[in-house]
Amino acid sequence: MPVNAVADYDFPANDREENFHGARVIYAGWDKHLMFSSPYAWPLPPDLPFAHFLAGPLAEAFGQHPDFAKIDWSQAIWTKNGEAFSPDLDKTIAENGLIHKDSLRFETPGLDGIGGQFI
Amino acid sequence: MDMPAKPKKKLGLKERYAVMTRGLGWEPSYQDIDDIFSMDSFEGIKIHDWDAWEDPFRLTMDSYWKYQAEKERKLYAIIDAFAQSNGHLTVSDPRYINTVKMFVNGFAPLEYMSHRGFAHIGRQFRGVGPRVACMMQSLDEMRHAQTQVHAISNYNKYYSGMENFRHHHDYLPYLQVPKSFFEDAATGGPFEFITAIGFSFEYVLTNLVFVPFISGAAYNGDMGAMTFGFSAQSDEARHMTLGLEVIKFMLEQDPDNVPIVQKWLNKWTWRGVRVLTLVAMMQDYMLPKRVMSWAEAWEIYFEENCGALFRDLERYGIVMPPCVEQVRKERDHLSHMAWCQFYQARGTSNFHVWLPSEEDMDWLSQKYPDTFDQYYRPRFEEWRRMEEAGTPFETTGINMQCQVCQIPMFFTEPGDPTRLAQHHCHHEGEQYHFCSQWCQEIFEDEPEKYIQSAIAGHDVFKGKAIRPEADPTAEDFNPAAEALAFWKLENGRDNGLHYGSQDERNFSMWRGLASSNS
Repeated sequence: MPVNAVADYDFPANDREENFHGARVIYAGWDKHLMFSSPYAWPLPPDLPFAHFLAGPLAEAFGQHPDFAKIDWSQAIWTKNGEAFSPDLDKTIAENGLIHKDSLRFETPGLDGIGGQFI
Repeated sequence: MDMPAKPKKKLGLKERYAVMTRGLGWEPSYQDIDDIFSMDSFEGIKIHDWDAWEDPFRLTMDSYWKYQAEKERKLYAIIDAFAQSNGHLTVSDPRYINTVKMFVNGFAPLEYMSHRGFAHIGRQFRGVGPRVACMMQSLDEMRHAQTQVHAISNYNKYYSGMENFRHHHDYLPYLQVPKSFFEDAATGGPFEFITAIGFSFEYVLTNLVFVPFISGAAYNGDMGAMTFGFSAQSDEARHMTLGLEVIKFMLEQDPDNVPIVQKWLNKWTWRGVRVLTLVAMMQDYMLPKRVMSWAEAWEIYFEENCGALFRDLERYGIVMPPCVEQVRKERDHLSHMAWCQFYQARGTSNFHVWLPSEEDMDWLSQKYPDTFDQYYRPRFEEWRRMEEAGTPFETTGINMQCQVCQIPMFFTEPGDPTRLAQHHCHHEGEQYHFCSQWCQEIFEDEPEKYIQSAIAGHDVFKGKAIRPEADPTAEDFNPAAEALAFWKLENGRDNGLHYGSQDERNFSMWRGLASSNS
């Protein structure tokens, strides 16, 4: 339903990709690791290789967790906006089909947080 | 000419009320009334007879000034006494001061926004009765903002995190939650605003705000904050009655109003409860001496009191907002999830945080037997170990946020406390994420509005958290340090852990000086 308003009501979306100086916003959260209260967001260059995303911004955000060093990325199960997703680590963000404001989640089989308690 | 010697008869109460409220209105003769009151019809609410408005209070302006002046005199006498006797040193524990910081940053500016909102609708309603009532509420809200700021200024002289409360309310990420809540209401029409603030917030949820803050102040020895609470209380009673009266008035005027009012009740109950996440956290984690748990307050003030209210509105065809089911499921999780978030994102807050002590955790287990020990205690214990090992856990990442409530996406699935909830939709080629089905429904009802949300984390990425004098192209430019400077947060003083903070050390030193000779 459109907004009820006293005048024309037509404004552009505030978070269009063009407002991010060439980057696109990507979110990622680590399932079963609730030490991290929410997924995080990053402005990523579309030509950033996915492996560099994992080794850089993602590791910086999640690396403090003792499970992080044990992750076997070939076993990780990813979803994108709730649907199955298989990233090619050697390809870039754009080549992996990731678009602005995609939300990734990953699960790491065998790693269920500290004491297996999803922490 | 002879002057009549007989003095005029004094007006009776009823006449006086009529003359000083409705008697102030007039029939326009050379302007179309729809041009004068151009905003009270576009929302689709149909009012056939504005004179059917029953003023619940019959308060006139002259007695309003008299009452308020009397309260003001008492309040300022106590605020002065508090200042002169170093009242800040009589509170239960220095941790308490962090609730005061949250109040002046998060809540007092909302009172001011409420003042503006009611001033606006006090101009826009064409019925004289509601216009006068809204004008008085507008003055109340401004007075509340002022008295809160004045009462809390006694703390600002000694402790950090309060001196930039206006700037923080406008820019600090966590404060965008209450700010955007009020802006959402204020950019609706006058009927939506009064449903949102006058009814959902003031009537349905106000006790859940006032009990923790004002009883919390009383329990923790804060005379100043307690007194402004009592000073505001008689106004709040009037506001609640006005909110209820407006709802009943809309529902009685036309059956077509019922679905519109129901939609607003659904929306604003959810929006309100989401904002109250901050209050739930304060109640369970931040008060050194606790009043009652969030879960207990919810049972008394929502389930019992508001349950009765919604049963009363059933005769108009109004039902309990469906989101309440989820609120019930989140009841025993809300405050814990929020404190986990604030603990780890403590670098961007203007108050201090701490891990709950063993005693605190035992209280939490007792109040939340089905959730605390199973889901949250192990997290706090792990963080305790990390603090003790000298590697305290802290995140510097920017949280993903909900497009509507703007809260970081830390809410778990209702029914699965081990999985974070995420909802997602597309609108005109862009995608949006939500913490819940209910925030998503609010978005989908008016996407044109919420696509404009200023999401704090995204604003950092866009380069909006940079002071005008900073040079982002400089070689040594540090965006994280610049964001703190832009937010006017002094790293290590305003934010971070409570124990060892400057505020904690000063409090202990001053209290020692006040109670001993050395």
